[in-house]
Amino acid sequence: MNYLTKENGLLSWLLTGDHKRIAILYLISLSFFFFIGGALAGLIRLELLTPQADLMATDTYNKVFTMHGVIMIFFFLVPSVPATIGNFLIPMMIGAKDLALPKINLLSWYLYMAGGLLALYTMMTGGVDTGWTFTTPLSTHYVNTNVLTTGLAAFIAGFSSIFTGLNFIVTIHKMRCPGMTWFKLPLFVWSNYAAAVLMVLATPVVAIAIVLIALERTIGIGVFDPTKGGDPLLFQHLFWFYSHPAVYIMILPGMGVISEVISTFSRKRVFGYTAVAFSSVAIAIFGFFVWAHHMFIMGISNYAVIVFSLLTMLVAVPSAIKIFNWTFTLYKGSITFETPMLYAFGFMGLFTIGGLTGVFLGVSGTDIHLTETYFIVAHFHFVMVGGMLMAFLSGIHFWWPKMTGRMYPEKISQLAAVVTFIGFNFTFFPQFILGTLGMPRRYASYPPEFQVLNVFSTAGASILGVGYLLPVLYLTWSLKYGAVAGNNPWQATGLEWQTQSPPLTENFAVTPIMDHEAYDYEWLEGQKAKEVASVG
Amino acid sequence: MSHISPVLWQFLVKWMTDFALFPPEASKIAPQMDALYFFMVLVSLIGLTIVILLVTSFSILYNKERHPVAIQVEGSTLLEATWTIIPLGLFLVMFVWGALIYFRVYNPPANSMNIYVVGKQWMWKAEHPGGQHEINSLHVPTGRAIQLTLISQDVFHSFSIPAFRVKREAIPGRYTTVYFEATVPGTYHLFCTQYCGTEHSHMIGDVVVLPPKDYQKWLNESTSGMSLAQNGERLFASLSCAACHNTRPDARGPNLANVYGAKLALTSGGTVLADDAYLREAILNPSQHVTQGFAPIMPTYQGQVSEEGVIALVEYIKNLNSDYRIQQTTNTTDLLPEGEGKAVPAVAAPAKSGMVKQ
Repeated sequence: MNYLTKENGLLSWLLTGDHKRIAILYLISLSFFFFIGGALAGLIRLELLTPQADLMATDTYNKVFTMHGVIMIFFFLVPSVPATIGNFLIPMMIGAKDLALPKINLLSWYLYMAGGLLALYTMMTGGVDTGWTFTTPLSTHYVNTNVLTTGLAAFIAGFSSIFTGLNFIVTIHKMRCPGMTWFKLPLFVWSNYAAAVLMVLATPVVAIAIVLIALERTIGIGVFDPTKGGDPLLFQHLFWFYSHPAVYIMILPGMGVISEVISTFSRKRVFGYTAVAFSSVAIAIFGFFVWAHHMFIMGISNYAVIVFSLLTMLVAVPSAIKIFNWTFTLYKGSITFETPMLYAFGFMGLFTIGGLTGVFLGVSGTDIHLTETYFIVAHFHFVMVGGMLMAFLSGIHFWWPKMTGRMYPEKISQLAAVVTFIGFNFTFFPQFILGTLGMPRRYASYPPEFQVLNVFSTAGASILGVGYLLPVLYLTWSLKYGAVAGNNPWQATGLEWQTQSPPLTENFAVTPIMDHEAYDYEWLEGQKAKEVASVG
Repeated sequence: MSHISPVLWQFLVKWMTDFALFPPEASKIAPQMDALYFFMVLVSLIGLTIVILLVTSFSILYNKERHPVAIQVEGSTLLEATWTIIPLGLFLVMFVWGALIYFRVYNPPANSMNIYVVGKQWMWKAEHPGGQHEINSLHVPTGRAIQLTLISQDVFHSFSIPAFRVKREAIPGRYTTVYFEATVPGTYHLFCTQYCGTEHSHMIGDVVVLPPKDYQKWLNESTSGMSLAQNGERLFASLSCAACHNTRPDARGPNLANVYGAKLALTSGGTVLADDAYLREAILNPSQHVTQGFAPIMPTYQGQVSEEGVIALVEYIKNLNSDYRIQQTTNTTDLLPEGEGKAVPAVAAPAKSGMVKQ
């Protein structure tokens, strides 16, 4: 008996309060939206194969990249790790039976679906062509596409993310099992906690910005309209006040996955636990004070540029700390290279490149040349796809045995990890060079001398596509044919591994007591010895 | 290869001859920015190499077969301090270096030649002081500091010249400026880099950098016969601005001679510097900017004057010294920046020869 077999029928899933079932609902729906967003990315890459806008009209192209951005950001990246892996594992990692607010958790999935389906409906009925940034006055006065419905979709999805964040904060504060002090929490919990704080504090601001756009479009209140004394830059301040922290909402939970995976597959505690935990908090705090680095060339005061550039340098440091701490977690470990570890290595390499190129954009001088070009596209995708998506896949493979009770096939999934890594670099590395050359983003056509690099990029995207399809196939296959996993196939230390796979609805038969440190592999050895003794 | 697939061969030849990896450096700021860029690339490569070397060597040294039992290590304050402080130090060096370049790009030298640029869906319009007018192209001489004053007529646009390493947003309702000095004659890309709607990817053009002599020739050939200030003067007359803004003692509006660059006292209290941005605001939203001692009677010209019209008016007021004239037919030489002594002498020369032709 486990959470999957306890009840049957569609309704038992659609009305469930079980965080694990809700996580599975999220996983299925997120994958669906990811493949729609991915198909749109494929269309973009196909269009850019040639310098002319020949595959589709420029209007269509504009709608395609807008929907790619909207779907990937609001309906994949923001909820990805927290809503699936986080939802499934945070209660288990802290020794709780469920999240603190199970009904709110289910509501947040329904809101996510409502927002997502509305976005899809919008796409089917004409789409929207403002870019995912909804820049005013373009979005308020100059386009006739579905700005309002797309805005509403993002607005609704925003509440889903606020509810998830709220639920995590309450749960982590109130539901920890006996002995689970803050500094015994797995680092995955720390990073999700930091992300949850950002979700709760930052998301309302983008909701306000969307409401103001709606009011401006419908009744012309003029907050952003310069002819009525409004300020079009105000919108960008509001938008980036959310959307910059949002990239930390997206990446922090992924960093948490990497901490777990690297520790487990080197059988060694995370190097400098406290530094890694606090670096998540530091990223969350500093992340709130760097938003205007998206606006260095927009005519904000030179002194504001200096301050925001300096703060951006500071937010880069905790990320560097994490990279080095992960690296030294390997030191004197006992390392194996299963799929989650390969993805984690991929994450470290790509996130390092993504992070360092972020510094190029945070330094005011170089930002002038590189912003609004393919350099920024490449940087963002290195962090979000190279970083976040690698972390997501790493986590899905790592916890797959726990979620389903089955092992995925190791060899083919290692191959998929390598294919993804190669395809990713082929796709996005040329875009750094394109950006340095000055190729603007969001162009359906471009000067012919940029073609070679664009062909590389499109070719890479097709390899990347294969890398993403493979897991869907073999993971589905493994549900029935995968080897039975057992409780703790990786010999990991987290509480989630000390219970059965797949877990009971209540997670634990007996409430666990946290009587050791996080990542205490000696404790784990002791437990094993005890078991052997008791069997003997 | 060529006999296997001629088409593919042609493609390859075309690619290889038409293939770029780094943009040309055609402005004074470009090599400075590239120096910082390559410094950052170098630091990034060193950082990345360190991470890759460590991960690879640890993976080899401590893989399970060679190292079956992990040795638990808590952490190391010294090591962690090292990799906090060294990156922070390097980032701060980049920050300061970058800020110095940033200030150079957006604080034009006082003697720069000003060219106005108006962005609209989907074209760039440049207004030269001598009255030359271009669409989707910009002619500039080498060896002159150029300031662009940008504004948008509708949505956000962004004026980008990769070969100069400069870029600036053109914003609705607000002037922004950017500075460059071209060094190498040639034709370079001009892009709109801020997404601005349907034809965003066609909002492109050429920046043509000419040696001073050829630039002079271009100015002469492209003149419309009237300088920008003269266009402004015409507009000033046709809008009957002089009905109030004149030199008579009982004038209902302030005298505009010498107003540009002066500090004005406002009825609302406080003083304001009469620069381009202020003059534009005072024309479009006069009730917000009433000069002390005058009644708030000026109507708004919002919607009546285009951004180019406002630019012409501002340029006229800028060049308005003591000699306050309202007649439409003028002796053009009086209006030239050179005669005013206020604007830059070197601009005046080409502008003048352009005018004299009429």
